[in-house]
Amino acid sequence: MAIADLANPTRFLKFANRTIPWLGGLTLVLFAFAINQAISAPDDYQQGAAVKIMFLHVPGAWLGMLGWGVMTVAALGTLVWRHPLADVTAKATAPIGAGFTLMCLVTGSLWGRPMWGTYWVWDARLTSVLVLFLLYLGVIALWRTVDDPARAARAAAILTLVGALDLPIIKFSVDWWNTLHQPASVFRLGAPTIDASILIPLLISALAFTLLFAVLLLAAMRNEILRRRVRTLRLLQASTAG
Amino acid sequence: MSPLTAILVRDLRIAMRVGGGALMGVLFFLVVVTLTPMALGPDLTLLQRIGPAILWLAALLASLLALDRLFAADHKDGSLDLILLGRAPLELVVAVKALAHWLTTGVPLIIAAPLIGLLLNLDAGAEAALVLTFLVGTPALTFIGLIGAAIAVTLRRGGLLLAVLVLPLAVPVLIFGVAAANAAVAGPVPFGTPFTILCGLTLASLVVGPFAAATALRQEIE
Repeated sequence: MAIADLANPTRFLKFANRTIPWLGGLTLVLFAFAINQAISAPDDYQQGAAVKIMFLHVPGAWLGMLGWGVMTVAALGTLVWRHPLADVTAKATAPIGAGFTLMCLVTGSLWGRPMWGTYWVWDARLTSVLVLFLLYLGVIALWRTVDDPARAARAAAILTLVGALDLPIIKFSVDWWNTLHQPASVFRLGAPTIDASILIPLLISALAFTLLFAVLLLAAMRNEILRRRVRTLRLLQASTAG
Repeated sequence: MSPLTAILVRDLRIAMRVGGGALMGVLFFLVVVTLTPMALGPDLTLLQRIGPAILWLAALLASLLALDRLFAADHKDGSLDLILLGRAPLELVVAVKALAHWLTTGVPLIIAAPLIGLLLNLDAGAEAALVLTFLVGTPALTFIGLIGAAIAVTLRRGGLLLAVLVLPLAVPVLIFGVAAANAAVAGPVPFGTPFTILCGLTLASLVVGPFAAATALRQEIE
Protein backbone atom coordinates (compact mmCIF):
# COMPACT_ATOMS: atom_id res chain seq x y z
CA MET A 1 0.00 0.00 0.00
CA ALA A 2 1.47 3.34 -1.03
CA ILE A 3 1.48 6.23 1.41
CA ALA A 4 -0.72 8.27 -0.94
CA ASP A 5 -3.49 5.68 -0.48
CA LEU A 6 -3.76 6.69 3.17
CA ALA A 7 -5.06 10.08 2.06
CA ASN A 8 -8.43 8.41 1.66
CA PRO A 9 -10.13 8.57 5.08
CA THR A 10 -11.67 5.10 4.79
CA ARG A 11 -8.33 3.50 3.94
CA PHE A 12 -6.74 5.55 6.71
CA LEU A 13 -9.31 4.17 9.18
CA LYS A 14 -8.47 0.62 8.11
CA PHE A 15 -4.76 1.35 8.44
CA ALA A 16 -5.23 2.98 11.84
CA ASN A 17 -7.36 0.12 13.13
CA ARG A 18 -4.76 -2.40 12.10
CA THR A 19 -1.75 -0.40 13.28
CA ILE A 20 -2.87 0.97 16.65
CA PRO A 21 -2.86 -2.36 18.58
CA TRP A 22 0.60 -3.33 17.29
CA LEU A 23 2.10 0.08 17.75
CA GLY A 24 0.45 0.40 21.17
CA GLY A 25 1.89 -2.98 22.21
CA LEU A 26 5.33 -1.98 20.99
CA THR A 27 5.05 1.30 22.92
CA LEU A 28 4.19 -0.60 26.11
CA VAL A 29 7.17 -2.93 25.70
CA LEU A 30 9.48 -0.01 25.00
CA PHE A 31 8.15 1.87 28.04
CA ALA A 32 8.80 -1.16 30.25
CA PHE A 33 12.36 -1.25 28.91
CA ALA A 34 12.75 2.53 29.30
CA ILE A 35 11.55 2.46 32.93
CA ASN A 36 13.90 -0.41 33.66
CA GLN A 37 16.78 1.52 32.08
CA ALA A 38 15.85 4.68 33.93
CA ILE A 39 15.83 2.89 37.27
CA SER A 40 19.16 1.25 36.68
CA ALA A 41 20.78 4.46 35.40
CA PRO A 42 23.27 5.89 37.90
CA ASP A 43 22.47 9.01 39.92
CA ASP A 44 24.19 12.21 38.97
CA TYR A 45 27.11 13.11 41.23
CA GLN A 46 25.63 16.55 41.86
CA GLN A 47 21.89 16.24 41.28
CA GLY A 48 21.35 12.79 42.77
CA ALA A 49 18.25 10.93 41.63
CA ALA A 50 16.58 14.15 40.50
CA VAL A 51 18.49 13.91 37.23
CA LYS A 52 16.05 11.17 36.22
CA ILE A 53 13.33 13.78 35.76
CA MET A 54 15.19 14.44 32.53
CA PHE A 55 13.82 11.20 31.09
CA LEU A 56 10.35 12.80 31.11
CA HIS A 57 11.39 16.40 30.62
CA VAL A 58 13.45 16.17 27.44
CA PRO A 59 11.00 13.98 25.48
CA GLY A 60 8.23 16.39 26.52
CA ALA A 61 10.12 19.36 25.14
CA TRP A 62 11.01 17.54 21.98
CA LEU A 63 7.51 16.26 21.24
CA GLY A 64 5.95 19.60 22.12
CA MET A 65 7.99 21.13 19.31
CA LEU A 66 7.42 18.16 17.00
CA GLY A 67 3.68 18.68 17.50
CA TRP A 68 3.84 22.21 16.11
CA GLY A 69 5.93 20.88 13.21
CA VAL A 70 3.26 18.27 12.40
CA MET A 71 0.59 20.96 12.60
CA THR A 72 2.59 23.22 10.24
CA VAL A 73 2.85 20.49 7.61
CA ALA A 74 -0.86 19.73 8.06
CA ALA A 75 -1.65 23.45 7.73
CA LEU A 76 0.04 23.49 4.32
CA GLY A 77 -2.06 20.47 3.37
CA THR A 78 -5.19 22.31 4.48
CA LEU A 79 -4.48 25.57 2.67
CA VAL A 80 -2.87 24.23 -0.49
CA TRP A 81 -4.80 21.01 -1.16
CA ARG A 82 -7.82 21.52 1.08
CA HIS A 83 -7.39 17.95 2.15
CA PRO A 84 -9.81 16.82 4.89
CA LEU A 85 -7.25 14.44 6.38
CA ALA A 86 -4.85 17.36 6.86
CA ASP A 87 -7.62 19.15 8.81
CA VAL A 88 -8.07 16.03 10.92
CA THR A 89 -4.32 15.75 11.54
CA ALA A 90 -4.02 19.39 12.61
CA LYS A 91 -6.99 19.17 14.95
CA ALA A 92 -5.87 15.89 16.51
CA THR A 93 -2.28 17.07 17.02
CA ALA A 94 -3.06 20.28 18.92
CA PRO A 95 -4.14 18.77 22.28
CA ILE A 96 -1.41 16.10 22.13
CA GLY A 97 1.29 18.67 21.46
CA ALA A 98 -0.11 20.90 24.20
CA GLY A 99 -0.08 17.91 26.56
CA PHE A 100 3.58 17.14 25.91
CA THR A 101 4.49 20.82 26.24
CA LEU A 102 2.69 20.91 29.57
CA MET A 103 4.56 17.77 30.62
CA CYS A 104 7.82 19.54 29.79
CA LEU A 105 6.81 22.60 31.82
CA VAL A 106 5.57 20.66 34.84
CA THR A 107 8.51 18.26 35.05
CA GLY A 108 10.90 21.15 34.47
CA SER A 109 9.26 23.04 37.27
CA LEU A 110 9.49 20.05 39.62
CA TRP A 111 13.11 19.58 38.62
CA GLY A 112 13.83 23.26 39.18
CA ARG A 113 12.58 23.19 42.76
CA PRO A 114 15.36 20.98 44.20
CA MET A 115 18.04 22.18 41.75
CA TRP A 116 17.49 25.91 41.51
CA GLY A 117 15.43 26.39 44.66
CA THR A 118 12.39 27.68 42.81
CA TYR A 119 9.54 26.29 40.71
CA TRP A 120 9.74 28.98 38.08
CA VAL A 121 12.44 31.22 36.68
CA TRP A 122 11.95 33.72 33.87
CA ASP A 123 14.73 32.06 31.99
CA ALA A 124 14.83 32.17 28.20
CA ARG A 125 14.06 28.52 27.56
CA LEU A 126 11.26 28.35 30.12
CA THR A 127 9.66 31.47 28.75
CA SER A 128 9.77 30.37 25.13
CA VAL A 129 8.26 26.98 25.99
CA LEU A 130 5.54 28.76 27.97
CA VAL A 131 4.75 30.92 24.94
CA LEU A 132 4.62 27.77 22.79
CA PHE A 133 2.11 26.35 25.28
CA LEU A 134 0.02 29.55 25.08
CA LEU A 135 0.04 29.34 21.28
CA TYR A 136 -1.19 25.73 21.50
CA LEU A 137 -4.02 26.83 23.79
CA GLY A 138 -4.90 29.61 21.33
CA VAL A 139 -5.16 27.12 18.47
CA ILE A 140 -7.28 24.77 20.57
CA ALA A 141 -9.52 27.69 21.57
CA LEU A 142 -9.91 28.57 17.89
CA TRP A 143 -10.89 24.98 17.04
CA ARG A 144 -13.47 25.09 19.79
CA THR A 145 -14.96 28.44 18.71
CA VAL A 146 -15.69 27.84 15.02
CA ASP A 147 -18.52 25.35 14.56
CA ASP A 148 -17.96 24.52 10.88
CA PRO A 149 -14.99 22.10 10.83
CA ALA A 150 -13.71 23.09 7.36
CA ARG A 151 -13.66 26.79 8.22
CA ALA A 152 -12.12 26.12 11.62
CA ALA A 153 -9.39 24.13 9.88
CA ARG A 154 -8.47 26.99 7.55
CA ALA A 155 -8.46 29.59 10.32
CA ALA A 156 -6.34 27.34 12.53
CA ALA A 157 -4.01 26.63 9.59
CA ILE A 158 -3.25 30.32 9.10
CA LEU A 159 -2.64 30.77 12.81
CA THR A 160 -0.38 27.71 12.82
CA LEU A 161 1.71 29.02 9.92
CA VAL A 162 2.05 32.47 11.46
CA GLY A 163 2.97 30.78 14.74
CA ALA A 164 5.59 28.67 12.96
CA LEU A 165 7.12 31.87 11.59
CA ASP A 166 6.93 33.59 14.94
CA LEU A 167 8.19 30.79 17.18
CA PRO A 168 11.86 31.08 16.13
CA ILE A 169 11.61 34.87 16.55
CA ILE A 170 10.09 34.45 20.01
CA LYS A 171 12.79 31.96 20.92
CA PHE A 172 15.51 34.29 19.74
CA SER A 173 14.02 37.43 21.29
CA VAL A 174 13.52 35.69 24.61
CA ASP A 175 17.12 34.49 24.54
CA TRP A 176 18.24 38.04 23.97
CA TRP A 177 15.90 39.43 26.61
CA ASN A 178 17.26 37.01 29.17
CA THR A 179 20.91 37.71 28.50
CA LEU A 180 20.20 41.38 28.96
CA HIS A 181 18.73 40.92 32.41
CA GLN A 182 20.53 37.98 33.93
CA PRO A 183 23.72 36.94 32.23
CA ALA A 184 24.58 33.31 32.91
CA SER A 185 24.14 33.02 36.65
CA VAL A 186 22.90 30.34 39.04
CA PHE A 187 20.33 29.20 36.54
CA ARG A 188 22.82 27.75 34.13
CA LEU A 189 22.99 24.02 34.54
CA GLY A 190 26.70 23.92 33.88
CA ALA A 191 28.00 22.37 30.67
CA PRO A 192 25.83 19.24 30.43
CA THR A 193 28.14 16.80 28.74
CA ILE A 194 25.84 13.87 29.27
CA ASP A 195 27.51 10.60 30.09
CA ALA A 196 26.54 7.54 28.05
CA SER A 197 25.07 5.86 31.17
CA ILE A 198 22.40 8.56 31.22
CA LEU A 199 22.28 9.41 27.53
CA ILE A 200 21.23 5.90 26.44
CA PRO A 201 18.23 5.65 28.83
CA LEU A 202 17.29 9.16 27.72
CA LEU A 203 17.27 8.17 24.06
CA ILE A 204 15.24 5.03 24.81
CA SER A 205 12.77 7.09 26.80
CA ALA A 206 12.54 9.63 23.98
CA LEU A 207 11.85 6.83 21.50
CA ALA A 208 9.13 5.39 23.75
CA PHE A 209 7.45 8.76 24.11
CA THR A 210 7.70 9.36 20.36
CA LEU A 211 5.92 6.07 19.73
CA LEU A 212 3.31 7.11 22.30
CA PHE A 213 2.90 10.37 20.40
CA ALA A 214 2.34 8.42 17.18
CA VAL A 215 -0.18 6.03 18.76
CA LEU A 216 -2.10 8.87 20.42
CA LEU A 217 -2.11 10.81 17.16
CA LEU A 218 -3.39 7.84 15.14
CA ALA A 219 -6.10 7.15 17.72
CA ALA A 220 -7.10 10.82 17.93
CA MET A 221 -7.26 11.06 14.13
CA ARG A 222 -9.41 7.92 13.97
CA ASN A 223 -11.76 9.36 16.58
CA GLU A 224 -11.93 12.67 14.77
CA ILE A 225 -12.83 10.99 11.45
CA LEU A 226 -15.55 8.98 13.18
CA ARG A 227 -16.79 12.12 14.97
CA ARG A 228 -17.07 13.90 11.63
CA ARG A 229 -19.01 11.01 10.14
CA VAL A 230 -21.42 11.07 13.06
CA ARG A 231 -21.82 14.81 12.55
CA THR A 232 -22.56 14.36 8.84
CA LEU A 233 -25.08 11.58 9.57
CA ARG A 234 -26.82 13.76 12.15
CA LEU A 235 -27.00 16.68 9.72
CA LEU A 236 -28.44 14.34 7.06
CA GLN A 237 -30.94 12.96 9.53
CA ALA A 238 -32.00 16.44 10.60
CA SER A 239 -32.44 17.60 7.01
CA THR A 240 -34.48 14.56 5.96
CA ALA A 241 -36.63 14.45 9.10
CA GLY A 242 -37.97 17.97 8.61
CA MET B 1 -9.83 58.66 -6.29
CA SER B 2 -8.28 55.22 -6.51
CA PRO B 3 -10.02 52.45 -4.56
CA LEU B 4 -7.19 52.29 -2.00
CA THR B 5 -7.30 56.02 -1.24
CA ALA B 6 -11.08 55.82 -1.05
CA ILE B 7 -10.89 53.06 1.53
CA LEU B 8 -8.27 54.97 3.55
CA VAL B 9 -10.38 58.14 3.60
CA ARG B 10 -13.54 56.22 4.39
CA ASP B 11 -11.96 54.33 7.30
CA LEU B 12 -10.47 57.51 8.73
CA ARG B 13 -13.86 59.26 8.49
CA ILE B 14 -15.68 56.40 10.16
CA ALA B 15 -13.16 56.34 13.00
CA MET B 16 -13.39 60.11 13.57
CA ARG B 17 -17.16 60.34 13.68
CA VAL B 18 -19.58 59.51 16.45
CA GLY B 19 -19.41 55.81 17.29
CA GLY B 20 -16.01 55.42 15.66
CA GLY B 21 -14.15 55.43 18.94
CA ALA B 22 -10.79 56.67 17.64
CA LEU B 23 -9.86 58.23 20.98
CA MET B 24 -11.16 55.35 23.06
CA GLY B 25 -7.76 53.67 22.86
CA VAL B 26 -5.96 56.70 24.32
CA LEU B 27 -8.50 56.92 27.10
CA PHE B 28 -7.98 53.24 27.90
CA PHE B 29 -4.21 53.80 27.76
CA LEU B 30 -4.51 56.63 30.29
CA VAL B 31 -6.71 54.58 32.61
CA VAL B 32 -4.39 51.57 32.59
CA VAL B 33 -1.34 53.73 33.29
CA THR B 34 -3.22 55.48 36.09
CA LEU B 35 -4.15 52.17 37.66
CA THR B 36 -0.58 50.85 37.82
CA PRO B 37 0.71 53.21 40.55
CA MET B 38 -2.40 52.36 42.54
CA ALA B 39 -1.42 48.70 42.43
CA LEU B 40 2.32 49.27 42.92
CA GLY B 41 2.27 52.21 45.30
CA PRO B 42 3.37 55.77 44.49
CA ASP B 43 7.11 55.13 44.67
CA LEU B 44 8.49 57.50 42.04
CA THR B 45 11.90 55.83 41.68
CA LEU B 46 10.25 52.46 41.10
CA LEU B 47 7.80 53.98 38.63
CA GLN B 48 10.61 55.69 36.79
CA ARG B 49 12.47 52.42 36.47
CA ILE B 50 9.52 50.38 35.19
CA GLY B 51 7.75 53.29 33.44
CA PRO B 52 8.67 52.29 29.87
CA ALA B 53 7.47 48.74 30.54
CA ILE B 54 4.15 49.98 31.94
CA LEU B 55 3.60 52.28 28.97
CA TRP B 56 4.43 49.54 26.47
CA LEU B 57 2.12 47.08 28.17
CA ALA B 58 -0.68 49.65 28.24
CA ALA B 59 -0.11 50.43 24.55
CA LEU B 60 -0.24 46.74 23.70
CA LEU B 61 -3.56 46.35 25.53
CA ALA B 62 -4.96 49.56 24.05
CA SER B 63 -4.13 48.55 20.50
CA LEU B 64 -5.65 45.13 21.16
CA LEU B 65 -8.86 46.71 22.37
CA ALA B 66 -9.65 48.35 19.04
CA LEU B 67 -8.65 45.42 16.84
CA ASP B 68 -12.02 43.75 16.54
CA ARG B 69 -13.33 46.91 14.88
CA LEU B 70 -10.90 46.42 11.98
CA PHE B 71 -13.12 44.05 10.00
CA ALA B 72 -16.13 43.24 12.19
CA ALA B 73 -18.24 46.29 11.27
CA ASP B 74 -17.42 45.90 7.57
CA HIS B 75 -18.38 42.27 7.77
CA LYS B 76 -21.67 43.08 9.47
CA ASP B 77 -22.84 45.69 6.97
CA GLY B 78 -21.64 43.77 3.92
CA SER B 79 -18.94 46.15 2.74
CA LEU B 80 -16.31 43.47 3.34
CA ASP B 81 -17.99 41.31 0.69
CA LEU B 82 -17.82 44.22 -1.74
CA ILE B 83 -14.15 44.71 -0.95
CA LEU B 84 -13.52 41.01 -1.58
CA LEU B 85 -15.35 41.21 -4.92
CA GLY B 86 -13.56 44.43 -5.90
CA ARG B 87 -10.66 44.66 -8.31
CA ALA B 88 -8.13 46.14 -5.88
CA PRO B 89 -5.77 43.43 -4.58
CA LEU B 90 -7.00 42.26 -1.22
CA GLU B 91 -3.52 42.30 0.34
CA LEU B 92 -3.17 46.01 -0.40
CA VAL B 93 -6.70 46.80 0.76
CA VAL B 94 -6.03 45.01 4.02
CA ALA B 95 -2.75 46.89 4.42
CA VAL B 96 -4.51 50.21 3.81
CA LYS B 97 -7.17 49.35 6.36
CA ALA B 98 -4.44 48.54 8.86
CA LEU B 99 -2.75 51.86 8.04
CA ALA B 100 -6.01 53.72 8.71
CA HIS B 101 -6.39 51.78 11.94
CA TRP B 102 -2.87 52.68 13.02
CA LEU B 103 -3.43 56.36 12.17
CA THR B 104 -6.51 56.46 14.39
CA THR B 105 -5.35 54.24 17.27
CA GLY B 106 -1.54 54.09 17.16
CA VAL B 107 -0.71 57.73 16.43
CA PRO B 108 -2.84 59.11 19.30
CA LEU B 109 -0.93 56.78 21.64
CA ILE B 110 2.39 58.12 20.35
CA ILE B 111 1.22 61.70 20.91
CA ALA B 112 -0.14 60.95 24.37
CA ALA B 113 2.83 58.89 25.53
CA PRO B 114 5.12 61.80 26.59
CA LEU B 115 2.31 63.44 28.57
CA ILE B 116 1.35 60.24 30.30
CA GLY B 117 5.03 59.46 30.83
CA LEU B 118 5.18 62.52 33.10
CA LEU B 119 2.85 60.68 35.48
CA LEU B 120 5.49 57.97 35.78
CA ASN B 121 8.33 60.41 36.42
CA LEU B 122 10.12 59.75 33.11
CA ASP B 123 12.82 62.26 32.20
CA ALA B 124 13.21 63.89 28.80
CA GLY B 125 15.72 61.36 27.46
CA ALA B 126 13.53 58.41 28.41
CA GLU B 127 10.48 60.08 26.87
CA ALA B 128 12.25 60.72 23.58
CA ALA B 129 13.40 57.11 23.42
CA LEU B 130 9.92 55.91 24.32
CA VAL B 131 8.27 57.98 21.59
CA LEU B 132 10.77 56.64 19.05
CA THR B 133 10.09 53.03 20.05
CA PHE B 134 6.32 53.68 19.96
CA LEU B 135 6.64 55.25 16.51
CA VAL B 136 8.44 52.20 15.18
CA GLY B 137 6.75 49.51 17.29
CA THR B 138 3.03 50.32 17.25
CA PRO B 139 2.66 49.57 13.50
CA ALA B 140 3.97 46.08 14.27
CA LEU B 141 1.26 45.66 16.93
CA THR B 142 -1.40 46.72 14.43
CA PHE B 143 -0.13 44.49 11.63
CA ILE B 144 0.24 41.45 13.88
CA GLY B 145 -3.22 42.14 15.28
CA LEU B 146 -4.50 42.38 11.72
CA ILE B 147 -3.98 38.63 11.33
CA GLY B 148 -5.98 37.86 14.45
CA ALA B 149 -8.72 40.29 13.44
CA ALA B 150 -9.04 38.60 10.05
CA ILE B 151 -9.17 35.13 11.62
CA ALA B 152 -11.77 36.13 14.21
CA VAL B 153 -13.94 38.25 11.92
CA THR B 154 -16.83 35.83 11.49
CA LEU B 155 -16.86 34.56 15.06
CA ARG B 156 -19.25 35.34 17.81
CA ARG B 157 -17.36 36.23 20.99
CA GLY B 158 -14.40 36.96 18.73
CA GLY B 159 -12.92 39.69 20.94
CA LEU B 160 -11.67 37.50 23.73
CA LEU B 161 -10.34 34.87 21.34
CA LEU B 162 -8.58 37.64 19.44
CA ALA B 163 -6.64 38.60 22.56
CA VAL B 164 -5.62 35.00 23.22
CA LEU B 165 -4.44 34.55 19.63
CA VAL B 166 -2.60 37.84 19.19
CA LEU B 167 -0.84 38.45 22.52
CA PRO B 168 1.62 35.52 22.35
CA LEU B 169 2.61 36.59 18.83
CA ALA B 170 3.34 40.11 20.09
CA VAL B 171 5.93 38.90 22.62
CA PRO B 172 9.00 39.85 20.51
CA VAL B 173 7.70 43.38 19.82
CA LEU B 174 7.08 43.93 23.51
CA ILE B 175 10.51 42.61 24.48
CA PHE B 176 12.45 44.74 22.01
CA GLY B 177 10.26 47.81 22.48
CA VAL B 178 10.82 47.82 26.22
CA ALA B 179 14.47 46.82 25.82
CA ALA B 180 15.15 49.75 23.51
CA ALA B 181 13.35 52.23 25.76
CA ASN B 182 15.23 50.94 28.80
CA ALA B 183 18.57 50.83 27.00
CA ALA B 184 18.32 54.54 26.25
CA VAL B 185 18.08 55.27 29.97
CA ALA B 186 20.09 52.64 31.78
CA GLY B 187 22.15 50.69 29.24
CA PRO B 188 24.14 48.42 29.28
CA VAL B 189 23.31 47.75 25.64
CA PRO B 190 23.37 50.76 23.29
CA PHE B 191 19.95 51.99 22.19
CA GLY B 192 20.64 51.11 18.57
CA THR B 193 20.82 47.33 18.98
CA PRO B 194 17.31 46.56 20.25
CA PHE B 195 15.90 49.48 18.27
CA THR B 196 17.21 48.10 14.97
CA ILE B 197 15.75 44.70 15.78
CA LEU B 198 12.43 46.39 16.59
CA CYS B 199 12.54 48.06 13.16
CA GLY B 200 13.20 44.64 11.62
CA LEU B 201 10.22 43.10 13.44
CA THR B 202 7.99 45.92 12.21
CA LEU B 203 9.14 45.51 8.61
CA ALA B 204 8.56 41.75 8.81
CA SER B 205 5.08 42.25 10.22
CA LEU B 206 4.29 44.74 7.45
CA VAL B 207 4.97 41.95 4.96
CA VAL B 208 3.52 38.93 6.76
CA GLY B 209 0.44 40.65 8.24
CA PRO B 210 -1.41 41.69 5.06
CA PHE B 211 -0.75 38.38 3.29
CA ALA B 212 -1.87 36.23 6.21
CA ALA B 213 -4.89 38.44 6.88
CA ALA B 214 -5.94 38.48 3.22
CA THR B 215 -5.66 34.69 3.06
CA ALA B 216 -7.73 34.37 6.21
CA LEU B 217 -10.44 36.67 4.86
CA ARG B 218 -10.60 34.79 1.54
CA GLN B 219 -10.87 31.47 3.34
CA GLU B 220 -13.57 32.55 5.72
CA ILE B 221 -15.86 34.55 3.52
CA GLU B 222 -16.90 32.67 0.44
